[in-house]
Amino acid sequence: MKLDFSGLESSAPLYGGNNELLSDGFSAAPSFDLPVTSDFDDFQKNSIQMVKPAKGTTTLAFIFKDGVMVAADSRASMGGYISSQSVKKIIEINPYMLGTMAGGAADCQFWHRNLGIKCRLHELANKRRISVTGASKLLANILYSYRGMGLSVGTMIAGWDEKGPGLYYVDSEGGRLKGTKFSVGSGSPYAYGVLDSGYKYDMTIDEAAELARRAIYHATFRDGASGGVASVYHVGPTGWTKLSGDDVGELHYSYYPVEPAVVEQEMTEAVAV
Amino acid sequence: MARYDRAITVFSPDGHLFQVEYALEAVRKGNAAVGVRGTDTVVLGVEKKSTVKLQDSRSVRKIVSLDDHIALACAGLKADARVLINKARIECQSHRLTVEDPVTVEYITRYIAGLQQKYTQSGGVRPFGLSTLIVGFDPYSGVPALYQTDPSGTFSAWKANATGRNSNSMREFLEKNYKETSGQETVKLAIRALLEVVESGGKNIEVAVMTKEGLRQLDEAEIDAIVAEIEAEKAAAEAAKKGPAAKET
Repeated sequence: MKLDFSGLESSAPLYGGNNELLSDGFSAAPSFDLPVTSDFDDFQKNSIQMVKPAKGTTTLAFIFKDGVMVAADSRASMGGYISSQSVKKIIEINPYMLGTMAGGAADCQFWHRNLGIKCRLHELANKRRISVTGASKLLANILYSYRGMGLSVGTMIAGWDEKGPGLYYVDSEGGRLKGTKFSVGSGSPYAYGVLDSGYKYDMTIDEAAELARRAIYHATFRDGASGGVASVYHVGPTGWTKLSGDDVGELHYSYYPVEPAVVEQEMTEAVAV
Repeated sequence: MARYDRAITVFSPDGHLFQVEYALEAVRKGNAAVGVRGTDTVVLGVEKKSTVKLQDSRSVRKIVSLDDHIALACAGLKADARVLINKARIECQSHRLTVEDPVTVEYITRYIAGLQQKYTQSGGVRPFGLSTLIVGFDPYSGVPALYQTDPSGTFSAWKANATGRNSNSMREFLEKNYKETSGQETVKLAIRALLEVVESGGKNIEVAVMTKEGLRQLDEAEIDAIVAEIEAEKAAAEAAKKGPAAKET
């Protein structure tokens, strides 16, 4: 039986392939050969379903008076199997910008790295740092051009630029939202609950860090796909710093210490007669 | 020598790209243009060849805006200018779309110069036959800037510069008389430089003033008024020179 490998061919965009002098400055969107199936719609639906639950994670970020607080768990799961408890889900794009990872780990890591390169090139060409708006737009445009090709990225770009703290949500559908509070991943409903009830713009850095830590902890408590270590980062005017990385199991016992049980009867050593 | 000037992509043995040098000749035959940078203003002035009677002069704007905060004047082939200006305008908007910020003057100058250079290193095309003077304000720092590009694709920033017909005399005048100015003084300096090589009068000069608020094209009456001021100042200076001498005799 002749197998069809057309879906595996390289789908990387080819820029500069056409004569740039004669084009008007807009390059053609990348495209790839569609696989030959009897029911393509069903195939497409199934392949999207295959990727969707993979956003098993909890990440969150919010802006407050002293900057941006970014936090995430560190569990990677493949279905019911926990493949790692120590994944770095907060990616350091450059000393003043952070990105969070949700969805396909490889996709997030690669495209954040790529974004870091583009930000540095912008700095070198324009002798000024790129804004958070610009960086998030660059990433969103790249992800949009790969729309429908199976990338799975749900990320937040957090940073501090000339306009102050900035936070954007960018995903692989090509969406990009500016906001002050986001949580992404399967544990996000639980994190939102804690975040929304405890959030105040005028928190101190320590209060904000504790809020972020608690939100991640509660999400890992209830969501099976989140766990491991709760990392908390702060982005301020001089760049980002890692504030803490606590194992969520230990956090549980520090928030809810085990009451020593009241003993009714106690077994003691039998006295030898 | 004749063998090395057919194609742009051929160097001559002594390191010249003749097509680029011929393009510079075309610039030297174009209308005079001058740009002067002040502390809070940048001014562009262009020579207007006497209008043909039936021509609608409003359709022959020599100073164009590339974006709200950037303007351009050029000397050389006007048709080439149109193409270059269109590409630059698209790039200004494309930059706004991709990074949600307006271009800096340096960025768009680099883009235009890059385009001009591209056409000196490709087969089957000729260079753009024009030099541009680009003025504007940096959207973040509010600092005024004046840049010049030429057919070879080089660019640099200037305090004041001239291009086109008799640009050498204008530049000499500017070198002698340039000082840090602001507001109306900058406009006067630009017009004085232009008047060195152009017939006096509002209908022979087109002037545009770029401030933080935007570009303003001066109309004929305004230019005539400033020209009159300049002539009066010149006459007063002449009289002052002759005055003390007359007293001595």
